[in-house]
Amino acid sequence: MIEIRDLDKRYGDFHVLKRCSTSVAKGEVVVVCGPSGSGKSTLIKCVNGLEPFDSGTITVDGISVGDRRTDLPKLRARIGMVFQNFELYPHMTVTRNICLAQEKVLGRSRDEAEAKAASLLARVGLSDQAHKHPGQLSGGQQQRVAIARALAMDPIAMLFDEPTSALDPEMISEVLDVMVELAQEGMTMMVVTHEMGFARKVAGRVVFMDCGEIVEDADTASFFGSPRSPRAQAFLSKILDHV
Amino acid sequence: MSYNWNWGVLLQDPYLGWLISGVGWTLAVSAAAWVIAFALGSIVGVARTLPNRFVRGAATAFVELFRNIPLLVQLFLWYFVVPELLPEDWGRWVKRDLPLPEYTTAVVGLGFYTASRVAEQVRSGIESIPRGQTLAGYASGLTTGQLYRYILLPVGYRLIIPPLTSEFLTIFKNSSLALTIGVLELTAQSRQITEYTFQGFEAFTAATVIYVVITLSVTAAMGLVERRARMPGFIAGGR
Repeated sequence: MIEIRDLDKRYGDFHVLKRCSTSVAKGEVVVVCGPSGSGKSTLIKCVNGLEPFDSGTITVDGISVGDRRTDLPKLRARIGMVFQNFELYPHMTVTRNICLAQEKVLGRSRDEAEAKAASLLARVGLSDQAHKHPGQLSGGQQQRVAIARALAMDPIAMLFDEPTSALDPEMISEVLDVMVELAQEGMTMMVVTHEMGFARKVAGRVVFMDCGEIVEDADTASFFGSPRSPRAQAFLSKILDHV
Repeated sequence: MSYNWNWGVLLQDPYLGWLISGVGWTLAVSAAAWVIAFALGSIVGVARTLPNRFVRGAATAFVELFRNIPLLVQLFLWYFVVPELLPEDWGRWVKRDLPLPEYTTAVVGLGFYTASRVAEQVRSGIESIPRGQTLAGYASGLTTGQLYRYILLPVGYRLIIPPLTSEFLTIFKNSSLALTIGVLELTAQSRQITEYTFQGFEAFTAATVIYVVITLSVTAAMGLVERRARMPGFIAGGR
């Protein structure tokens, strides 16, 4: 579904991504983790072309993201994305947030879009918040709306860029619950996160990044059981000490 | 000080008529100039945020040209100099056939000057929206045009309603400079009443009160707009 080959990117002198290669198969959940500044967020933003890259290739469902002839808006409409800071549109109600791209990008009728919004809001447990504005919701509620907004486009894959990092601890689980359910339904997911519990529970593979490199790319059991690289071992021992 | 107060002069013929006509021209100059300022300022302000370097450069040049020359000098330039610089046929048309030449010149001059200021506010509004909003819009498949139409402009305008209100008020006050090129607006009429009656205190008091009534009405109207456009739970909108 998602193929990343030899991806390379620099910001001036800073080498953000160094020949990164990995893939996400259809129905697979891949967690990307690593210390801050390791390039995880940049990598995931390259997948739908939000970040340009210097060399290498990314294909999503057989379509090359870096190809100048690719209709990027059309491709992005098929890939859902959830951000660290939710990024709901503050001037629209929850329902309008979920309907905007359905109507303007997919050309759905208003009734059709609102019916879809209602069913997705029910699914994330927020039917009673449909007419509120994002600023009136808690962080956890906003992130669940953001997930519903992405799902409304019937995506072939979902990208999550640290979806719980901006949340208070007690709100993290309500968002993770929705994500776990999504994974169990067979959604193709690439998730940048520090939530190792989530990785253990639903990830098929874990990609560990450090200093712009993919240091380890292993199935979940072997990543947690016997990480090969010293850097991954050090990262895991620090992060799992407190779990 | 021996001064013969005579407030009644303001209600006498023809002075009352002059005041009313002055108010009419003040409103006509300001409203038309505001339409130009808002439309052109929005286009230039948006252009300054676009990725294309040439579009951005042209918009920046517009802003720097029109905000760095005193408004009074700009009005003189539009009125006395620009017609001479135009190709001969156009220049002759401007000087001979342009309808209401003083009024039109004042509207264009005031409109362009204020557009440069509105443009900077529109730009600052758009640029104060977190970059994540743009990413979220693009990620959902919106094109750049749709992103501006549905997200950046609606939010950006909401954020700049307070400074935009000040700009709108300033255009009414700046419209008084139109008297220098011969528009008989409120200030010009007050001066004319003074010259005819020597009742300067009354005439300019009347002008002052009328300006304040106009600007306070605009402030109230913009306050209504601000309340209607507020984003619930958002910092700038209050709860």
